[in-house]
Amino acid sequence: MFSYTIRRLTALIPVLLGMTFIVFMMIRAIPGNPAQIILGQQATKEAMAALTKELGLDRPWPTQFWEYLTGIITGDLGVSLKSRVPISEEIWPYLAATIELSLVAMVIAIIIGVNAGIISAWFQNSWFDYVAMVVALIGVSMPIFWLGLMEQYIVAIQWDLLPTTGRDNIRDPVEAVTNLYLIDSLLNNRFDQFIEVIRHLILPGIALGTIPMAIIARMTRSSMLEVMRSDYIRTARAKGMKMFWVVYKHSLKNALIPVVTVIGLQTGLLLGGAILTETIFGWPGIGTYIYEAISYRDYPVIQSGILVVAAIFVLINLVVDLLYAAIDPRIKYK
Amino acid sequence: MKKSLWYVFACLLTLSLVLSGCNSSNSSSGEKGESGKKGYTLIYGRGGDSTALDPAVTTEGESFIVTEQIYENLVSYGKDNTEIEPALAKDWKISQDALTYTFTLNEGIKFHDGTDFNAEAVVKNFQRWAKSKDEAKFAYYPSMFGGFEGDEGHVIKEVKAVDEKTVEFTLTRPQAPFLKNLAMSPFAIASPTAFEKDGDNFTKNPVGTGPFKFKSWKKNDTIEVVKNDKYWKKGLPKLAGVKFKVIKDNSARLNAVIKGEIDLMDGLNPSDMPKVKKDSKLQLFERPSMNVGYFGFNTEKEPFNKKEVRQAISHLINKQDIITNFFEGTAEPAKNPMPPSVSGYNEEIQDYEYSVEKAKELLKKAGLENGFKMDLWAMPVPRPYMPSGQKVAEAIQASLKQVNIDAKIVTFEWGTYLEKVQAGEAPTFMLGWTGDNGDADNFLYTLLDKDTIGSNNYSRYSNEEVHKLLVEAQSTADENKRNELYKQAQVIIHEDAPWVPLVHSKPQLAGSSSIKGFVPHPTGSQSFVDVSVD
Repeated sequence: MFSYTIRRLTALIPVLLGMTFIVFMMIRAIPGNPAQIILGQQATKEAMAALTKELGLDRPWPTQFWEYLTGIITGDLGVSLKSRVPISEEIWPYLAATIELSLVAMVIAIIIGVNAGIISAWFQNSWFDYVAMVVALIGVSMPIFWLGLMEQYIVAIQWDLLPTTGRDNIRDPVEAVTNLYLIDSLLNNRFDQFIEVIRHLILPGIALGTIPMAIIARMTRSSMLEVMRSDYIRTARAKGMKMFWVVYKHSLKNALIPVVTVIGLQTGLLLGGAILTETIFGWPGIGTYIYEAISYRDYPVIQSGILVVAAIFVLINLVVDLLYAAIDPRIKYK
Repeated sequence: MKKSLWYVFACLLTLSLVLSGCNSSNSSSGEKGESGKKGYTLIYGRGGDSTALDPAVTTEGESFIVTEQIYENLVSYGKDNTEIEPALAKDWKISQDALTYTFTLNEGIKFHDGTDFNAEAVVKNFQRWAKSKDEAKFAYYPSMFGGFEGDEGHVIKEVKAVDEKTVEFTLTRPQAPFLKNLAMSPFAIASPTAFEKDGDNFTKNPVGTGPFKFKSWKKNDTIEVVKNDKYWKKGLPKLAGVKFKVIKDNSARLNAVIKGEIDLMDGLNPSDMPKVKKDSKLQLFERPSMNVGYFGFNTEKEPFNKKEVRQAISHLINKQDIITNFFEGTAEPAKNPMPPSVSGYNEEIQDYEYSVEKAKELLKKAGLENGFKMDLWAMPVPRPYMPSGQKVAEAIQASLKQVNIDAKIVTFEWGTYLEKVQAGEAPTFMLGWTGDNGDADNFLYTLLDKDTIGSNNYSRYSNEEVHKLLVEAQSTADENKRNELYKQAQVIIHEDAPWVPLVHSKPQLAGSSSIKGFVPHPTGSQSFVDVSVD
């Protein structure tokens, strides 16, 4: 298991290297000159030429790529063209904001999705099954933009239950320590702020969690249906075991592998793909960070941002693979 | 598995109970409690973060909105116009030949770092820009003052501290908009001690003389400035501070205003105006226009090199319809290349009336009565002067159909779009301009003089007569005479029709009805110095 993990981690290097190269080439293929965008409509030609030189963008791309690579190896992710701050210094708060939101979204998605899938499979073709699957179908195809604004309008404004935007109460902000506000508020001994942070997480969490929730529910259902038709389940029932245990203990464990795979993939997707939710809920996350960098042609931020997100994505998949063995002892890694 | 699931369920249940319990007490104590207090921190919601808090190194409005609180200039604009008023300088004299400006400074002003504001500080600020010769860093300085020290076009020959409270500017040639330039956000006076010490970090640690001091900056989230207790104007500012909060989506930002989470927002969607009007707890603010949105022709390209074709198309565009349908009435039709708020605006010009017949006649004159095919370039992003470029392009496209002109809408990503239009690749295009200093020169010369072909004269319009008028105006100190020159230039431009000026938009802001004294400034950034909240 240990040597397997090491081997998988080593295998990450060429993956990330290849990805770095592709991203590097791709962003240079999009038209648009960073100097023009930074200096705006008013810019003179001389100013643009001067800035291009200063940013090092006038040099041949292999030189630029090589410098970028050697930088990364020493932990230097480059300097943002826009803010002129080293990316390694400024990326963490964005990443933390996204991690916090994604985890909450996934917790919501997993708890509701898995259970809805199980119950649907358990009572296949019942009214619950139909309703749940129709809801899941709607969930998969729901525009997050619309859902987010509706949540704000109904839950936050009409019912006045939860705040509309942001990570904390802007009039009483959380003092950042780790930038994971759930932890920070507790570290600062502010339980009231902790509650406030959770209240801010609920609406965006639901908006972001809806699609994974629906996908997980459908996957759990189909996987469960398959398992519940197998012989050992019939045996378990024949023994007179309570249906609840049959479902939640014997079936679920065996049905879980594809579900875990989906959960892993979705978690990875959320990390980079939360742009819409972040936009609507004023959430300063990594999605908007990279998105803005793209419209600003902030090459180093695009490169390093995607690199970090991709690295996390690959790591999550590794964790998922290792989880297989924990869930199903028949799976062994050598 | 099951056990842990139940555990999670139990936690969640407890949590939701706790949360719903906290809810009612929380919302009432948190927000209302504070607003009752004397020092109120106003929260201003906006669509994007600042890039740098040193106004000299940025060209972008979201930064100026903040630096306007922290810094002050020698002179300032009026509260809702671009007339010049005293600020750090209480008085100034202009020599007969308009080459020497002598400013008398207010006394007893200190920067936020405790150092004195004096003539020497002013000199050091101008030297910082002029001597840098760094066009990539100080982009506005060379474009407003004709270059850096040593450059041929550089307008400022010398800045001299005559004594502690007197500064003398000597110019190489008269520059009519000189005072208006000095009032621009980028030429605010910063603490020399601070920028000498901080170097490149100065953009993150701004130090000025303004009513508010910089406190903190959470990237892409919040910038906070707090009251400067030692501010030199007695009794000001009235607020305890201002927080600038980024909420990207316009509708979401309005939701936050309705909920009371933020007090004020810019970038209100025109379609949301009725909602704000209906709500007694909210009020609307209208920013006077300092922009122009236009439909331009490349006057070097067939068939738009023919004046008749350009005039014909001018007759085909129904500006009022565009305003009603795409601006919800928050704009006025444009007939000149500059907005009426800028002095020198020619009121007397008669706009091309909407008439398909006249257009047909003109096209016939040009020998194009059977129509033609063309590309119509439309901007891909909403701009202050054109919130929905694509839709307006479609409206223009439909109008052109009436005379058999078959327009194909073309678009590119914004940076590319600007680059290509600048290079003269677009035969016709939609664009606009927001004024920098509220001067006619900044519209007419910048956008339509033959000198600016290749930079901002996207139409590549070249008219010797217009050029003469505009250059003469640049060195005419007498305001009336100068305005007369601009009015003449507008007559010729109107006749030549290098553009169809479409609209001057008036951006809308929404805020809590308890805000007092907030006046949106045409330049897009205003000081909150005398704003208060009841």
